[in-house]
Amino acid sequence: MNVIILLLGASLAVALFFLASFIWSVKDGQYEDDFSPAHRILFEEETDKE
Amino acid sequence: MSLEKFSYDNRTVKWFAYATMFWGLIGMLAGLWAAIALVRPEMNLGYAPVTFGRLRPVHTNAVIFAFVGNGIFMGVYYSLQRLCKARMYSDLLSKIHFWGWQAIIAGGALTLFMGYTTGKEYAELEWPFDIAITLIWLVFGANMLGTILKRRVAHLYVAIWFYIGTWVAVAMLHIINSFEMPLSLFKSYSWYAGVQDALVQWWYGHNAVAFFLTTPYLGLMYYFVPKAANRPVYSYRWSIIHFWSLIFIYIWAGPHHLLYTALPEWAQSLGTVFSIMLIAPSWGGMLNGLLTLRGAWDRVREDAILKFFVVALTCYGMATFEGPMLSLKNVNAISHYTDWTIAHVHVGALGWNGFLTFGILYWMIPRIFSTTLYSRKWANTHFWIGTLGIVFYAIPLYWAAFTQSMMWKQFTEDGTLRFQFLETVTSIVPMYALRALGGLLYVSGLILMIVNIVKTVRRGSFVANEAAEAAPLVKTAAAYGTAHWHNWIERRPVQMVILSLVVVGIGGIFEMVPTFLVKSNIPTISSVKPYTPLELHGRDVYIREGCYTCHSQMVRPFRDEVARYGDYSKAGEFIYDHPFQWGSKRTGPDLARLGGKYPDSWHYNHMLDPTSMSPGSIMPSYPWLFDNNIDNAKTPAMINVMRKLGVPYPEGYELQAKADLEDQATQIANNLKKDKLDIPANREIVALIAYMQRLGKDIKVTADKN
Repeated sequence: MNVIILLLGASLAVALFFLASFIWSVKDGQYEDDFSPAHRILFEEETDKE
Repeated sequence: MSLEKFSYDNRTVKWFAYATMFWGLIGMLAGLWAAIALVRPEMNLGYAPVTFGRLRPVHTNAVIFAFVGNGIFMGVYYSLQRLCKARMYSDLLSKIHFWGWQAIIAGGALTLFMGYTTGKEYAELEWPFDIAITLIWLVFGANMLGTILKRRVAHLYVAIWFYIGTWVAVAMLHIINSFEMPLSLFKSYSWYAGVQDALVQWWYGHNAVAFFLTTPYLGLMYYFVPKAANRPVYSYRWSIIHFWSLIFIYIWAGPHHLLYTALPEWAQSLGTVFSIMLIAPSWGGMLNGLLTLRGAWDRVREDAILKFFVVALTCYGMATFEGPMLSLKNVNAISHYTDWTIAHVHVGALGWNGFLTFGILYWMIPRIFSTTLYSRKWANTHFWIGTLGIVFYAIPLYWAAFTQSMMWKQFTEDGTLRFQFLETVTSIVPMYALRALGGLLYVSGLILMIVNIVKTVRRGSFVANEAAEAAPLVKTAAAYGTAHWHNWIERRPVQMVILSLVVVGIGGIFEMVPTFLVKSNIPTISSVKPYTPLELHGRDVYIREGCYTCHSQMVRPFRDEVARYGDYSKAGEFIYDHPFQWGSKRTGPDLARLGGKYPDSWHYNHMLDPTSMSPGSIMPSYPWLFDNNIDNAKTPAMINVMRKLGVPYPEGYELQAKADLEDQATQIANNLKKDKLDIPANREIVALIAYMQRLGKDIKVTADKN
């Protein structure tokens, strides 16, 4: 069952990637505002047609 | 600050949308055909390319990678540009991505029809396609990442995270599951064998569901549902938690596909635990989507698009409740190998993926053609036909699954099995007919949508480059202190994580692959021997005809299975199986202990006309195996490839292999002659009989000696 080592390695690599991305996203301030992003996506058409 | 003028690329979106509809129709028609063939076996036509075993991989691959795949790209190319306020990074990459993907699909379908397959479910495409998929996936990734890097909105909307997660995970899964050793241009053998191959395959298979059918569609859901409802997502904070928890849990759930098999117990339990945990993030996403429609329910009554979204989300909720349930060992003992699995995936595929795609198409096509939908009434009709289709598809299959599973497990008072396997099949064939009706309804709905969209396109005028404007993103990274080389990479988080992933990935692969390749092939059961050259050829025929789509080779340790098939399967029996052929569905009986059960002549007659041996059988007949010769010029190469993969053929055996092959073939031909069946020894059927007569026999040798 040595293949488990490969799968664990690969899964952990992906997990580490996501962990790093998560840490980056928090540090970057991605989640400081959890109100406007949800609303902003609704408004773009109006700006587009100006 | 001045606004920058730019334009969104709608042309690529349009092409992906057309491809989604086209391949959706092809893939679903293939599925419908296969469904009808289970009721009327004469639909197999005695013609190799359209027998169930080849049509089913065409159906699954077309629906997953062509219909849903193009659906993902359509939605990503549309939403990513608008979420980033930037045109796709490169029009050239978009073009390569689109045409490359379509070429893979067309070539893949063609080779699957021709019988070129790796024999691993949902990863059937042969090695040249695996390489092509990797390259095109890289193109997609570069295009997506490039767009994200030149975005004009600092915040990455949650949908984008889902797209990134999808890309990274699928890349990893595809590459690791596709390790195979080529024999010829369109034939290869999996690097892994037996139980290890099974684990890798279902680690991949489950995550194909997770990261190809689920996470990208959740991303699309978080964009298109709020847009169509014109309401912000119910809880944005919830969506972020949903994403991160889903992405961390999903990858560990794969072993739940192998409960009660020869996979080590702890790995099975690990899969179960993570599967049950998955219900929280899955339902979080489902509820977040449904609650986005709060205050808009009055519009759901009239708006077909919102109706499609509501049913899609509900089906997602049902499928993700059912998934953890099916991962419980006691439930899995009933459900596994039955149509329950098929019903489960179709609630997901028809409901979640299909309906979300339809909703997006109805919403998006009029927008990029600056018009309105040709007929809202037709869209509503489509919704009802489609919903009825799902109901008619799923309920009969649940019924069939329960009925059959209960029949398998019944014993008489004398302690013998109550039902022959065939009886359990013929009793559910009426349910298969209803399921085919469900499929027919669903496909009819799709055709109605295509007509509606064609008419919408005709009356609209296409906006190839949609003008937009936005302020550029201010670079906030300020230089401070003395610059260290590491500062460069610290300021580039995306590059850094990719770099580390590549480093970890490459290092891990080079370190581990040789280790397990060598160690995994130490036989654990001394009587288990490599296949003979003729059996290898027979195994190739078995794989080519997709026998694994209806027959398992894995006896679980249950009283009824041991009574019906023989001793339960041990991990050590499969160490020379490149690839493993455990299967996941028993439309026919298990074949793990088939060897020696019937005389050669029985197999001969059965493969020529299954109903001659088993009246009422729904198995196709395989007349071409009696006309085609095996290619024994390939035999030495097959032995060499197998030896490279760790199968212990003695050095120089490839020179003797042909002679051994001919001896064994002549013996079988002579056997058949005794039963008045005249066939040249080099026909494929002889090789297939050799393989089938070997199945599960090695372990019996020791049992007999004791």
